Amino acid sequence: MKLSEIVRELEAVALTKEDCLEREITRCAGSDLMSDVLARPTEGILLLTGLTSIQTVRTAKIAGVAAVVFVRGKTPPPETVALAKAERLPVFASPLSLFVCCGRLHARGMTGLDGRR
Amino acid sequence: MASVSKRYPVRARDFLHAGEASIQIQAFLKAMGLDAGLIRRIAICSYEAEMNAVIHGGDGELEMTLADEWVTLEVRDAGPGIADIELAMQPGYSTADETAREMGFGAGMGLPNMKANADELRLESAPGRGTRALMVFRREAAGGGAP
Ligand SMILES: Nc1ncnc2c1ncn2[C@@H]1O[C@H](COP(=O)(O)OP(=O)(O)OP(=O)(O)O)[C@@H](O)[C@H]1O
Ligand SMILES: [Mg+2]
Repeated sequence: MKLSEIVRELEAVALTKEDCLEREITRCAGSDLMSDVLARPTEGILLLTGLTSIQTVRTAKIAGVAAVVFVRGKTPPPETVALAKAERLPVFASPLSLFVCCGRLHARGMTGLDGRR
Repeated sequence: MASVSKRYPVRARDFLHAGEASIQIQAFLKAMGLDAGLIRRIAICSYEAEMNAVIHGGDGELEMTLADEWVTLEVRDAGPGIADIELAMQPGYSTADETAREMGFGAGMGLPNMKANADELRLESAPGRGTRALMVFRREAAGGGAP
């Protein structure tokens, strides 16, 4: 899916500059455990998480994640958004739960990190 | 043989800056044109070891050395040390506190991730003696990936 379609599907708002919405992303992970994310093939994926601390941005950066969506309507603290901007990591906020976000993207054909549905 | 080293201080419990050194190492290795898969493995190891020092360890230092044939990472901290290294290496074993867990740490996967991604991992630690994690990456193994 294009990032722009993902954002629409998740009713999300952009917290960083929207300049990479044409990017295609096919794989997605939903996790609140950072080392679990780092243990898997995360290059170019979408990360859905309820964790809004600055460490989410650093973990995403180390893992090569393409974009992050904060779920459950959480507003990340200013330092999280500031670092995402500085590191050019697109981050979004969705009012939907992790479960509903996953369900909607799965229904649109996105896969898990190993390509399975 | 030419080699270049980078050293960064690591501060215990400083969650606002934790992980910065590893991000800088990742950017430096990208600028040096290393293989993307190799950079990924090094960055993951560096970040896991750095976060462990911040979360469980104490003040210390992270040092990366890039040489022609290998890259080494050394993370030292003057924290409480690890009583049972074999137990600490078990996937899922964690003593992370509430603060660390709120930030998504405490899966007990950091040390196993380091072992899986480094060509060699040496962990030296004892109660009251701090912790030293040494990791070696062979550059010609670039692209081989972790098992
Ligand atoms: N530098 C250190 N100083 C003291 N204890 C440590 C250190 N590094 C690891 N440990 C101990 O080893 C355990 C396992 O570490 P590991 O990195 O595998 O998991 P974790 O840090 O608890 O969780 P995760 O890395 O998945 O977020 C830790 O919970 C801690 O008890
Ligand atoms: Mg850890």
